[in-house]
Amino acid sequence: MSAANGKANDYDAVIIGGGHNGLAAAAYLAKAGRKVVVLERRHVLGGAAVSEEIYPGFTYSVCSYVVSLLRPWIIRDLNLTKHGLHLIPLECSFLPLPDGRSLARWPDANRTRDEISQFSVADAEMYGVFGMHVGKLARFAKNVIDKPAPDPTSFDPAQLSQLLNMGKQLRGLSDDLLALQYKLMTMSAVDFLDEWFESDVLKGPMSVSGIIGTMLGVRSPGTAYVLLHHYMGEIDGSSRAWGLSKGGTGQVSMAIARSAEAFGAEIRTEAPVAKILMKKGQACGVVLENGDEIKAKVVVSGCEPRLTFLKLLGEEHLDDDFTASLKRYKLRGSSGKVNLAVDRLPNFTSRPGDGPWLRGDIAIAPGIDYLERAYDEAKYGDFSSRPYLNVVIPSLMDPSVAPPGKHVISCFVQYAPYHIKEGPEFWPQRREAFGDAVVDTLAEYCPGLKESILHRQVLTPWDLEQEFGLTEGNIFHGELTPDQLLFQRPVSGWARYKTPVKGLWLCGSGAHPGGGIMGGPGGLAAKEMLKRGVI
Amino acid sequence: MPKPTPFHPRTQALCHSYQWKEWAGYYAACNYDAHSEREYFAIRNAAGLLDVSPLYKYEFTGPDAAAVLARIMTRDITKLAVGRVTYSCWCDEDGKALDDGTVARLSKEHFRVTASEPWLLWFRRLARGADVTIRDSSRELAALALQGPRARAILDEVVDFDMNRMRFFRVRRMKLAGRDLWVSRTGYTGDLGYELWMAPEDALPIWDALVEAGKPHRMEPMGLDALDVSRLEAGFILQGVDYFSARFAVIEARKSSPYEIGLGGTVELDRAPFMGQAALKAERAAGSPWALVALSLDWEEIERLYASYDLPPHLAPVAWRSAVPVYASDGRTVIGQATSGTWSPLLKQSIALATVRTRHAAVGARLKMEYTVEYARQTVTATVVDRPLFDPERKRATPGVKSAKVTG
Repeated sequence: MSAANGKANDYDAVIIGGGHNGLAAAAYLAKAGRKVVVLERRHVLGGAAVSEEIYPGFTYSVCSYVVSLLRPWIIRDLNLTKHGLHLIPLECSFLPLPDGRSLARWPDANRTRDEISQFSVADAEMYGVFGMHVGKLARFAKNVIDKPAPDPTSFDPAQLSQLLNMGKQLRGLSDDLLALQYKLMTMSAVDFLDEWFESDVLKGPMSVSGIIGTMLGVRSPGTAYVLLHHYMGEIDGSSRAWGLSKGGTGQVSMAIARSAEAFGAEIRTEAPVAKILMKKGQACGVVLENGDEIKAKVVVSGCEPRLTFLKLLGEEHLDDDFTASLKRYKLRGSSGKVNLAVDRLPNFTSRPGDGPWLRGDIAIAPGIDYLERAYDEAKYGDFSSRPYLNVVIPSLMDPSVAPPGKHVISCFVQYAPYHIKEGPEFWPQRREAFGDAVVDTLAEYCPGLKESILHRQVLTPWDLEQEFGLTEGNIFHGELTPDQLLFQRPVSGWARYKTPVKGLWLCGSGAHPGGGIMGGPGGLAAKEMLKRGVI
Repeated sequence: MPKPTPFHPRTQALCHSYQWKEWAGYYAACNYDAHSEREYFAIRNAAGLLDVSPLYKYEFTGPDAAAVLARIMTRDITKLAVGRVTYSCWCDEDGKALDDGTVARLSKEHFRVTASEPWLLWFRRLARGADVTIRDSSRELAALALQGPRARAILDEVVDFDMNRMRFFRVRRMKLAGRDLWVSRTGYTGDLGYELWMAPEDALPIWDALVEAGKPHRMEPMGLDALDVSRLEAGFILQGVDYFSARFAVIEARKSSPYEIGLGGTVELDRAPFMGQAALKAERAAGSPWALVALSLDWEEIERLYASYDLPPHLAPVAWRSAVPVYASDGRTVIGQATSGTWSPLLKQSIALATVRTRHAAVGARLKMEYTVEYARQTVTATVVDRPLFDPERKRATPGVKSAKVTG
């Protein structure tokens, strides 16, 4: 199957991008005996799942900072624990409030009920019921993310039976759950949560799950669905669990890279691809920025689809409809990242001291109006002056990322729209002001934060695009909204990793099942290529 | 009614879960918080501090101490150099295991033995006529285990010795917080770690100094539940769980030789007579009927079993000790039993220790283990894997010594 039919190819597959998905695809192909090379533009592997010592002694998970959906079958197939994958669960979801109150949600249901009771006894009781219902739907969705997306227009019997199977599972859901499913697909996160809960304090941090990585607000329709994605998170079979990767998220990529190398894949860093090579209408390799050509039977891109087709390939090789669809594909990044090195722990006014509530994710999301106001500013081309923050202090659970007694604070920030009113290229001029807004916001909840900062790294959507190839700074290679998922990702009819260009395949987060440190697109793309016998 | 250990004033104040169990007549914390997850991850990423005072301890002193220990133990203790520790087993006259523990040579004529049960009478019986004094020091010594990748850095800050130079399975007298103590580089977690042996009156000041030094390294107090998960990953057996001491085995079938419980490596046969030697020689020649193995359970099968009831897979947060039958690959012929197991959060595998018929014990053998889902007993494929499952380099590495040759 892999025998070159007369032509001299350097490789069976050349993979563009050493992100975790590109590496996963390489590992699966190498495991199947294919000759594979991965080309990474930067000096370090991982793409957006990368650990870097930006400031001496402190390791930042520069972009992606938590792990929840990394597919268990990939961990097993690629022996990732043997190659150094080590996940540490987060203990808590903490919400400090400006009025001195706070809410912490724990794995311990009784403790969580007590916490929510401060704000609403009804919500405290409903919380567990909600979790059970949404959890059931999430189980259904999980089956969907572990297989290539079926194409509803296809007459391929295998795809039809997969669709039928999905339908059967859907039919197996009770009427209540079906209704819930439809609501999730259509409603806004806030409207959906309003049907269950009364407390704004609780709904704030719950609703943000619906907007992460989208240019939508918590009151925008379609955001409810993304809540489900967050209920799918699992570690060790316990759902809704989020974790850190020891040594930062780059260690997930490194474990996959070591696995790929053990299977015989070749991995090159500082090997930026300039163009995809075409011959007789077929992709046949790549040319590097230094002019080197690498020939392969297939070219597999872990890069975001628009970058892959419009920049690395070129519109001239595509038909107009496909190009138009790509241009309509919603990237519009809406978030940034601020990483801090600090000489002491932040001390929250609402829950002072060093305690287990810090050992999880900390949300700055004090109410629905706060979140919607943050979105309002973004709609008209500004970053939020008081943004939603998702803060994690990984050094509390993984002391290897900071010197003893010192800490790393990772802040995911939304909204930071790529399209600021001055134009995205003006982001570098606004970078520090954006960083200040983030630090000012957090410091309102933990005075003394500013004095503790030893180093600050600010990443705007522009930086995410320029440095990490995330077009328009979109962290998921395209919004995870219902219209851009499943058989619609990235373009309707082309959701099974194959593209209209012969010999060119996709394996990144812009393909099904989407973004996050999941490995799904990489693993599934490789399996699909092997199944189709293209290499 | 269990007694408090010398550390109880500290451990009690920290034990928010109120979950204790009895260990050799003492109160021992199961976990300090509602669950043991944080403590487990502290062992693997930072450090855990565990009160191991309930261990039985014996002091052998005198010119014949080494010879007597060599007679008791499966290991030839006469070869143990001063400042070294070894792990050994001891047997009855039929070569059946009684217990296992460490033997440390503190000086030429002073050894310390740890055990999980009282053995003073037994030891003294075997020392008859020799110039040795054997004393039960269990109550004279409080003990702590400091385990995890940060254990060395923490200790280094508080003791008067360069911990970077202390090798695996060594023991040394040191000073900590102005108090004398013994520190051995040993443990039951399979990680970098140390055990500290001190007078009971020094227990609290030493605990306090360690807790203070441990703070910036995110050290956590750790209980027995977290220990149980980590010892299974390290492949360590537990007397009374994974095998029975021959002394209290009510039937012959419950007795095991060291070869049958994975301690064959501790048996040094060809030397001066020792307890069980003849029987062990015979067994070595004939082969052992049983073998201890580590098993890795097939996760997809477990998922399918749960899915057949429309259930998500459930993982108990603690290790289990209720033995279940192990079957040959046919799923019907009983060939042994799995005696303890756990989900390994680190290896992402369900693992177990089992005793099986020797012909089924080869690494790679695919056996079946009983597995109960929704009240129904089923089986899942359990593959024999190498033991230990988790064996990090840091466990043995000694950064301050050029060639860290390992013994023990």
